Amino acid sequence: MAILEVLMPLFVGAPILVGGALLAVPRHHRIRQVFGMGSLIAMLVGAMLLVAATADGTVLAHQVALWPGGIAIPFVADTFSSLVLTVTAILATVCFQYMIASGEARSPSIASLVLILAGGVAGALLTADLFNLFVFIEVMLLPSYGLLVILSRRGEMGGARLYVTVNLLASTLFLAGVGLIYAVQGTVNLAELAGAGDDPATAVATAVCLSAIAVKAAVFPVHGWLARTYTATSPAVTALFSGLHTKVAIYIIYRIYSVVFEGEATWLIIILVITSLSMVVGVMGAMGESTMRSVLVFHMVSQIGYILIGVGLFTQLGLTAGIFYLLHHMIVKASLFLSTGAIEQTYGTGQLDQLGGLRTREPLITVAFAVAALSLAGLPPFSGFVAKFSLILASIEAGAVAVGVVAVVVSLFTLLSMLKIWASVFNGKRSADVERYAAEGRVRERENLLDDEHVDERIVADEAALAIEHNEPPRGATTTEDDPHGHRGTRIPFALALPSLILAAITVSLGLGAEFLLGLSAQAAAGLLDTAAYVSAVLGR
Amino acid sequence: MSLAISIALLVGAGVYLVLQRGMIRIILGFILLTHGVNLLIIAAGGVARREAPFFGGDTSGAADALPQAFVLTAIVIAFAITVVLATFAAVGRRDDDTEPSSRVDARLGGAQPRRGSR
Repeated sequence: MAILEVLMPLFVGAPILVGGALLAVPRHHRIRQVFGMGSLIAMLVGAMLLVAATADGTVLAHQVALWPGGIAIPFVADTFSSLVLTVTAILATVCFQYMIASGEARSPSIASLVLILAGGVAGALLTADLFNLFVFIEVMLLPSYGLLVILSRRGEMGGARLYVTVNLLASTLFLAGVGLIYAVQGTVNLAELAGAGDDPATAVATAVCLSAIAVKAAVFPVHGWLARTYTATSPAVTALFSGLHTKVAIYIIYRIYSVVFEGEATWLIIILVITSLSMVVGVMGAMGESTMRSVLVFHMVSQIGYILIGVGLFTQLGLTAGIFYLLHHMIVKASLFLSTGAIEQTYGTGQLDQLGGLRTREPLITVAFAVAALSLAGLPPFSGFVAKFSLILASIEAGAVAVGVVAVVVSLFTLLSMLKIWASVFNGKRSADVERYAAEGRVRERENLLDDEHVDERIVADEAALAIEHNEPPRGATTTEDDPHGHRGTRIPFALALPSLILAAITVSLGLGAEFLLGLSAQAAAGLLDTAAYVSAVLGR
Repeated sequence: MSLAISIALLVGAGVYLVLQRGMIRIILGFILLTHGVNLLIIAAGGVARREAPFFGGDTSGAADALPQAFVLTAIVIAFAITVVLATFAAVGRRDDDTEPSSRVDARLGGAQPRRGSR
């Protein structure tokens, strides 16, 4: 496996280099899409190789330029980081596929930005040095700012400005924490900091870092920015960010707490209280929202609470369940964002009260949404059931029965808010204006208008009439069903539905074959409980 | 001590400016804030016990190079993000606000000027 170790920096370097090179071909969107997709798939294959190499608990480490351990820039992959890297690569590939299908990837810089983002994420997952972690977080944030604005159809910049401001503030705070850790310990290498959390000064300095990362993970009470920024951009970008940004932050919380504090039991109660509040506040927020995406974004806050229960319990079963939950959640959430995103982009609106009756009209999207929504709520046989069940078992085993009860109750509300989307978007009566909204969306996209700019009503009416005239009803359309246009008109193209279907298929297979991923998660959890292998690999001795 | 006071002043002024609503003030606030944090990292190198490395050939008291490298990297990153922030202040509608316009309309009772180039 020596060759894999040496190639580890390529997970960061290759996407960034390819991304930079693709900026040189602004006129050839096909070349950009092919190379972008190729790089992401190569990254996915590489990440799977890493999982295969670390599945038995081996820790791969590479000291860049072969400097001695402690001085060199270390790249480390253990089971945990390989697993998260694999899922991020899957998400980046699928989201990029969606961007190609929706035509967003035609914009000159999108492929490059996605690749650089993927490179930064890989760096943040593989580094074992806190300062490099800061750098890689910035590497993944800078292209995100671009993606957020370029693919946004919003006229106002409030969401984008808020996103940059919050992230910059959190990064600055994190940097201050890194400086404080260096002041106390004289090193920022994670392996050399192993167990340093016993020292009060180091514990406080690390807590500054963890608080900054908590902002990025959108944990209660610093979750407020999430719902206002993630809804301000294209659905594909929301899906990408939901899988990558907040989840990398969660990975970092798991990693730092296990290495620096070695799972110190004194502070666990703080984490458990925060996670329980996150679960409740997030799901309550979701219940009150009125667009598909804002419901889902508030759910993220709630689900992030679930994931962090794992680190709050810090038992073998708890960490296993938390890691399984993290991986499951990344896939399911992206699937939901992509299926509702396909609806939003095709039908021109994400408002719950402007949509309806898609159940018979869009069978593929309906299946994708239903599977992912039930999985999110934690029903068998999907991966969400395994994740939630093991998490609740772990809480009860660790004596945190209250947390388990909160998790069960919040699940019911999760199901309720998923039913809210189901009832108004998939069930119910089709709105008489459905073609007008869809046509307006297409006209805005064609004429490059923002959401608050004036559109000529006549052009929209013509576009709607054209769509009704040209798009035949599908063969299986039930004529008895009430439809304002006799089943004619706009439909979601298969290519746009495919990404969410792929992810929905993954959650089904993870649910039925949970044994496989649970085994890997248990190995990852063991690596967090006993960090000796990690530390000796990073230090190279 | 002078370093600690400088950090406190920079961070204090930075936080005050970041809490303002206008985007330009927030940008200026972040510039001050990152300067404060950079000084903090320099201070982490233990400035008080360091000496100039040039005289007498003894380099054991020379400044710690690592925090300086950190600061160099952080300055570059902060510069890049300041440019992004400045871009975000300039594009979009010709406003300089961090609040959604619906709320601003309600408060000020005025229509927003149309957006410039994007």
